[in-house]
Amino acid sequence: MKRRTLLQATAGALTFFFTSRTSAAPVEPTRPGAYAEDFNAYLKISADGRVGCFVGKTELGQGALTVLAMLVAEELELDPAQVDVLLGDTDLCPWDLPTGGSLTMWQTAPVLRGAAAEVRAVLLGMAAKALGAAAADLALKDGAIWVKAAPTRRTTFGALVQGRKMVRHLGKVKPKPLSDCTVLGRHFPRKDALAKTTGAAKYAGDLRLPGTLHACLLRPPAHGLKLASADTAAAERVPGVRIVRDGNLLAVLHPQPDTARKALALVKGTFEGTELDVDDVRIYQYLVDKAAPGQRVVSSRGDVAAGEKRAATVVEAEYRNAYESHATLEPHTSVAKWEDGRMTVWASNQSPFVFRDSVAEALKLDKDKVRIVTPFVGGGFGGKLVAPVAVEAARIARQVPGVPIQVAWNREEDLFLDGYRPAAVVKLRAGLDASRGAITFWDSTVAGVSQGEAEFTYEMQTNRYQAPAVPDLHPLKAGAWRAPNAHTNAFARECQLDALAAKAGMDPVTLRRRLANDPRLLHLLELALEAFGWEPAPGPTGRGIGVACGAWRQALVVAVAQVAVDKTTGKVQVLRFLEAVDVGLVVNPEGARQQVEGAITMCIGQALSEEIRFKGGRILDKNFDTYLLPRFSAIPRMQVVFANSGTTITQGIGEPPVVPVAAALANAVFDATGARVTHVPFTPKRVLAALKRVPAK
Amino acid sequence: MAVPVSFVLNGKPVTVTSPRDRMLVWVLRDELGLTGTKVGCEAGLCGACTVLVDFETVLSCSTTLGDVAGKSVLTIEGLTVEGKLDPLQKAFQDHHAFQCGYCTSGMIMAAWAFLKKKPKATREQIVEAMEGNICRCGAHVRILEAVETAGKGMGGVR
Ligand code: FES
Ligand code: FES
Repeated sequence: MKRRTLLQATAGALTFFFTSRTSAAPVEPTRPGAYAEDFNAYLKISADGRVGCFVGKTELGQGALTVLAMLVAEELELDPAQVDVLLGDTDLCPWDLPTGGSLTMWQTAPVLRGAAAEVRAVLLGMAAKALGAAAADLALKDGAIWVKAAPTRRTTFGALVQGRKMVRHLGKVKPKPLSDCTVLGRHFPRKDALAKTTGAAKYAGDLRLPGTLHACLLRPPAHGLKLASADTAAAERVPGVRIVRDGNLLAVLHPQPDTARKALALVKGTFEGTELDVDDVRIYQYLVDKAAPGQRVVSSRGDVAAGEKRAATVVEAEYRNAYESHATLEPHTSVAKWEDGRMTVWASNQSPFVFRDSVAEALKLDKDKVRIVTPFVGGGFGGKLVAPVAVEAARIARQVPGVPIQVAWNREEDLFLDGYRPAAVVKLRAGLDASRGAITFWDSTVAGVSQGEAEFTYEMQTNRYQAPAVPDLHPLKAGAWRAPNAHTNAFARECQLDALAAKAGMDPVTLRRRLANDPRLLHLLELALEAFGWEPAPGPTGRGIGVACGAWRQALVVAVAQVAVDKTTGKVQVLRFLEAVDVGLVVNPEGARQQVEGAITMCIGQALSEEIRFKGGRILDKNFDTYLLPRFSAIPRMQVVFANSGTTITQGIGEPPVVPVAAALANAVFDATGARVTHVPFTPKRVLAALKRVPAK
Repeated sequence: MAVPVSFVLNGKPVTVTSPRDRMLVWVLRDELGLTGTKVGCEAGLCGACTVLVDFETVLSCSTTLGDVAGKSVLTIEGLTVEGKLDPLQKAFQDHHAFQCGYCTSGMIMAAWAFLKKKPKATREQIVEAMEGNICRCGAHVRILEAVETAGKGMGGVR
């Protein structure tokens, strides 16, 4: 396929119907772990002057398409609408890290800006030659370059490059200084708006490649069990059904997705193996016991025992959180096709190159024999960093050459096979001195997650953090869930501080101010209080307002929540939620705001209702009737304020706003009722139990 | 058993030969190639598959082909008439009322049917009408704003 067609095909949104390798393949071999240095890998200018941008990230809803186009548009003096972005195709895009951990802005953005800056300089050099003028005397805008003093002497990107690869290289060229930026920091329409509001956006399940067979896989009823034998006779009597087996994998194939699913129900399987003897109630003790032998001190300062003697106020508490599913609205889906010795997988994914490597490894293929193509992705949140569905589709496709095989998990499979946000227990003992200005000791032991982001920019002279180094600690599959570890640890820390402040008779903000050792945090606290219009007082005040702070790398967040608690039902209604966020330069303010609102909403579910119930290896939650996501009636009034404290490094925005949400809500519940909820999610039942523990006045 | 069933789809008559008990969502997506209607739970719990039958919202994962025989079905693809966006689609774009977009078709269809009946709805009424539709990305605040904006455009200023 010619580059021209490619760029036409990419216009407006990402597309993915490239079935053959093309001249647009990466210009240098993809080196794992290193970004391509040749700008041609990222940017191509077609004969008609449109700019194509190729990046190995994926569009999950976070707005990558738009923000990447903005970065390129800035350097090349274009409107983002003039930049076509193609994401997540391992044949066409240079190697990149997974789309997660808020890394796109942190790691890819500087590389892409640098590449675009170099292209700008190269284009100016070419134009200088063509127009017989010094590069410094040229101006550019909207794909045209002209002599400033004589605007009729002009040329265009398209005329200069003529659709060829640019051969000049200048090495590192500095991107524009922020003060000269005209695109970054401004509001632009999302590039995926038209496709997503008209039903035209294609997700993996929407591909409908000719001849596709839909594959439904036989699943064990519980984790720990494996397929021993299966009777497929009844299923095979359904017209059009094909059965494919590969080791433990048994799939029923049919041209219609619903018929494949019905035929699967006719397969009788027997399973063997043992389930673990644990459930969603006993899991916490299970984790503590199993982690105990492997507990080690991962960080410590000062003498904790001596610090405890100096304490005037001591609080000891145990904080827990349940397993939680990613529950993307689009379940995991992949379509795989084995043809001419190559496996192509159209995958709903967050990490094209990890998917490529996983498929290659599972099928014992060279990596360059696998291509991952990424359509629109219906949510990720960390859940689609791993490739089991792509591997399943590829294993089946390997057995039926030339036939596209679609595997689309249904909701029950999605909830069963997900890698959950791990359940965890954080035990904390901590003390405050008599002048209520210093933490005299802070002793933290966590089981279930690491101590990631447990430490914060608070002055804690004496501290000790213990975390386990136990492999296979979890009886269920654990995965990366938006800001992994951080939200578990922030929940414990911020609730603990709140409890210390209340016990010492001081308000929660004053304590945090006294402990803050970063002026950015002080600034954010002030910003949050002012925007919320809140005058803190020692709790519980009955107003139901709570605060919490959190960090993700260099990003800082302060959350303020207001709740109403129904003391007879235990139901928590969130009335208001504010986040003050410092992520440095906000490249796409509207997109960033959206991410914050989304994180707050998602974590209202995390804090109040989402929990995977299980018994042994059986997952009891099979659909959204018991696995409860926040719905419209749960949504509070929201406010988002950004502070730019001058950190020039742009931080990602996917994770930071997640971190303090549950803690702010728990602290608000305390302020409303005097009850400490320490177990996430704080369901009505847990709230009622906490209310019972409140000592009568 | 596959039998011919006729109905009106996005303004045009269609006849499909499929079992009458086949779920409408598969008829739309698989048989007729209209993939704008999404599948999120197959159990009437998420609203991703919302379409309109005779201008009432139905969940196409829980509605059979037989149920719509002789009726008029409207899907997200039918909202754009001759390339002209419906004001509600425009409002969703202007408010950035989506992230991943997987819930969006269902959201727009549910809101469209509601606004036709009640352009002057209060926020509480909109919340109630949209309660069956899940958005995992958390675009709710913007969806509510978009629906309000579109309602005002329809003369529904409260
Ligand atoms: S797919 Fe129909 S309601 Fe969820
Ligand atoms: S935008 Fe992703 S589910 Fe609503």
